[in-house]
Amino acid sequence: MPGDQPSRRTFTLGVAAAVTAFAVPATAALAQDQVQAWELAVRKIVGEAKPSEGKFALELPEIAENGNTVPFTVSVESPMTEKDHVKAIHVIATANPQPGVATFRLTPLSGKAAVSSRLRLARTQDVIGIAELSDGRFLMAKRPVKVTIGGCGG
Amino acid sequence: MTKPRIKLPESAKVGEVIEIKTLISHVMETGQRRGTDGNLVPRSIINNFTAKYAGAEVFKAELHPGISANPYLSFFMKVPGPGEFEFSWTEDGGKQITEKAKLNVV
Repeated sequence: MPGDQPSRRTFTLGVAAAVTAFAVPATAALAQDQVQAWELAVRKIVGEAKPSEGKFALELPEIAENGNTVPFTVSVESPMTEKDHVKAIHVIATANPQPGVATFRLTPLSGKAAVSSRLRLARTQDVIGIAELSDGRFLMAKRPVKVTIGGCGG
Repeated sequence: MTKPRIKLPESAKVGEVIEIKTLISHVMETGQRRGTDGNLVPRSIINNFTAKYAGAEVFKAELHPGISANPYLSFFMKVPGPGEFEFSWTEDGGKQITEKAKLNVV
């Protein structure tokens, strides 16, 4: 790896630290030999920053009977002013063949940082939301979803 | 892609935060699915949605195969004044559908 890049281990520890805050066993990330696709997706968004918890809600059903269409809402408490607003909200499905689900780009014109849509889940997994704020900070939320019938046409 | 459906409030005041709902028919083929012949069905999705109001960008969505068929989106806008929405959906390959909707500002 190039010198200015963090080692995989450092990164994994970073992610583990980040996910520990969301009550997921840290060993889950540490036990992996390979950096998982969703970890790369998270890294691509946050870089070296450490996302914090709170002020960010990721709403999903606890149990999704049909993984082909799972409704979700992401929302952030934000005044949505020119100075202080949510720039983007990213949604990542950790166990999908392609973890990136969507990126929503907001503006101060949005007035309220909330977006709803419907996603596919290949199987039971954690869904991660990352909000990118105008001051450069990141917020993260994670929700487990049990999937009865998987989506993605596997 | 067919004609999209758009839901706006019947009327809105300047400064009010309104919800905008959009829906468009699309298979959102992931590229992961095998057809009846056993071959992978090529990916074909709407990969971008943009909402502008009175020429200014309000909201944009970059969509991946993890978004369900017939993509539905709900988002908000603080009404800056009278104007018209311009929504556009872009498919893999660049084909685009644009729909306009006037907001009744009272």
